[in-house]
Amino acid sequence: MNEHHIILPEGSIEKHTTTLNLGPTHPATHGVFQNIMELDGERVVSSEQTVGYIHRAFEKIAERRPLYQITPLTDRLNYCSSPINNMGWHLTCEKLLGVKTPKRVDYLRVIIMELSRIADHLICNSIVGVDSGAFTGFLYVMQYRELIYEIFEEVCGSRLTTNIGRIGGFERNFSNTAFTKLEKFLKEYPVALGELESLLKRNRIFMDRTIGGGPISAERALNYGFTGPNLRAAGVDYDVRVHSPYSSYEDFDFTIPVGKTGDNYDRFLVRNEEMWQSMHIIKQAYQKIQEFKGEEAEVYHANVPEYYLPKKEDVYTKMEALIWHFKIIMGEVDMPKGEVYHSVEGGNGELGFYLISDGGRTPFRLHFRRPCFIYYQAYPEMVKGSMLSDAILTMSSLNLIAGEMDA
Amino acid sequence: MAITNEYIQQKLTEKFGDAVYNFEENYGMLSFETPKENNLKLMQYLQDEPSLGFGFLTDLCGVNYPDNKGRELAVVYHLHNLQENVRIRFKVFTSIEHPDVFTASKLYAAADWMERETYDFYGVNFIGHPNLKRILNVDEMDYFPLRKEYPLEDQTRIDKDDEMFGRG
Amino acid sequence: MSRPVRYNIHPIEAKVADAITYVDAPEGYAGEGFFTAKLSDVVGLARKNSMWPMPYATSCCGIEFMATAASHYDLGRFGAERMSHSPRQCDLLMVMGTIAKKMGPVLRQVYLQMAEPRWVMAVGACASSGGIFDSYSVLQGIDQIIPVDVYVPGCPPRPEAILDGFMKIQELVGQESIRRRNGEQYKALLNGYGIQ
Repeated sequence: MNEHHIILPEGSIEKHTTTLNLGPTHPATHGVFQNIMELDGERVVSSEQTVGYIHRAFEKIAERRPLYQITPLTDRLNYCSSPINNMGWHLTCEKLLGVKTPKRVDYLRVIIMELSRIADHLICNSIVGVDSGAFTGFLYVMQYRELIYEIFEEVCGSRLTTNIGRIGGFERNFSNTAFTKLEKFLKEYPVALGELESLLKRNRIFMDRTIGGGPISAERALNYGFTGPNLRAAGVDYDVRVHSPYSSYEDFDFTIPVGKTGDNYDRFLVRNEEMWQSMHIIKQAYQKIQEFKGEEAEVYHANVPEYYLPKKEDVYTKMEALIWHFKIIMGEVDMPKGEVYHSVEGGNGELGFYLISDGGRTPFRLHFRRPCFIYYQAYPEMVKGSMLSDAILTMSSLNLIAGEMDA
Repeated sequence: MAITNEYIQQKLTEKFGDAVYNFEENYGMLSFETPKENNLKLMQYLQDEPSLGFGFLTDLCGVNYPDNKGRELAVVYHLHNLQENVRIRFKVFTSIEHPDVFTASKLYAAADWMERETYDFYGVNFIGHPNLKRILNVDEMDYFPLRKEYPLEDQTRIDKDDEMFGRG
Repeated sequence: MSRPVRYNIHPIEAKVADAITYVDAPEGYAGEGFFTAKLSDVVGLARKNSMWPMPYATSCCGIEFMATAASHYDLGRFGAERMSHSPRQCDLLMVMGTIAKKMGPVLRQVYLQMAEPRWVMAVGACASSGGIFDSYSVLQGIDQIIPVDVYVPGCPPRPEAILDGFMKIQELVGQESIRRRNGEQYKALLNGYGIQ
């Protein structure tokens, strides 16, 4: 304490830090989280989080729903990449029921999943740009996210909460328009992504803002249960797509980008590179799909009438389809007893489904392993000692999705 | 050397004897049970033993078995060995009257919130947890909503005609 | 693949003649050097074409709102360019997404902080009625705690639907009498929600 230090009158409360309540509706937090931060000037001393502001009791609802009715719930977990959640859920059910899907279905699923991964990362990266002061990128790339949504719309009829696919495959074959739109996307998107990349990647302001902000070491990240891009940015090459391949990911050639320091810049770079890799995977999958000839080129679901809902027009005109439809809807198809854990690489990391079936119509217990919920715990440790504005940036670069966090 | 489920089972039986039981393989994943007093010792061993190395806690959740007298609540742990890419699952059971289980948050920082969630949903009291309070629901809530005896639906609703919903 | 760069040597004038619509003047008497109209019409005209919405986005509908506000659908065309993130400055509260019971008091607080005149738009099934989440933790529609002017259906609604809802709000705003907020009926409505 020198002579310039303000000396408070005798007996007044001396407090050197400021308490700041950030959220749950603060515009800088993209979602409904509350952070009560203790600030020393601009620096964050400590932070206490509250979550649960959109807790919707998915796990309880799922206990009252037959399997095919749980798909709409999974849409609303991580709503930036709903199709991945849908596919993860279908794959879990298929694992439980022992359904084997044809290769073409797997490849179609890969296309859909990688498209939604791009949509997810695109939002996250452009929001990181917004929070570091560059609104341009966000407004610009939203246009290209629309292209992805148009493909989803063509395949399933919905843009955001897709409810795409059924147990055993897709509800309908991809139309030619869908493939035309996919081609359009494959042609136009790399240009836009390249522009977003060149806007931010070597941008002096962006680099100064993000390098060294919100770092986490690989050991701490593992201890905190990080998965997905955030773990890879810390330098661990764990990716569910490679470690436990599902939906024929083993047929594709792609690399996993890995960061070094786990700071905001590395997370940005990892997501950016993952988008390029996703493009690469989509191209391969599209090529593989075109190689199918004859009857194989029309396959869009597995031949499992006892679990796959028949087409509606068949239900009205064919006896057998009507019987299966009735049986599935009324829950007369037996579900095997058992416990199954299946995980997919979601937009934010390992999205796991732990399903306990007691042979009844509905799951006995369904637990979602939500990556967001698990890694958000590390936030106070990551922002300790950083500036308040960098703490905001850390929050957006972690890609926190309230719907996934609170389930 | 890739570690197999048989190898894990053999190692665990060597170390803990009768304190690990009900081994079964569900869709390729080894799962077993252990008494609730033993959960920390078991996790510590799984983490420290070099040939096992389960250093990653994938998931922790609760389950309610209302018909299972004396073992109504279960806490399920999913562990993952990232190097060998092997997953295991184990459960500890506890009675609903004394739902006390030791906390794993000292071993895995990830367990902190997952245990709070399990407390919030099922009322499992994690002994030694640094901050055991509700996480997703409001603090004033006076029951544990995911237990099977509590209803799903919002009980304050008056606009729903039971007859219209087939419950008349 | 780079794009051709256009240097601004021979700038092309933007064709705005057909792209801009002018709002008609309200009904009234026009004479030489004067124009008379009802005050509420003029105020309504001004209000409805410069709304300051407060996006209260909690979940999926918020993502669709992002699309609505961004370049493709461009909510700014309707005079709602300026998102006010402070409840004190805004006049339209757009509630998008599930409101859990834990969030209810926060939403009410935000509504109370808004100055009169204020409008509320419930976007999406969750905000309107609880949607598919008929569970112990979800508020079954925000109209249980605050009065709502326009409901937009959809789960989530398409950006076009949000725009349509916004235009409905504009209609309401344009037609509102300036005395409405002082009236007995309005006070009774607020009292019904326990708001003084």
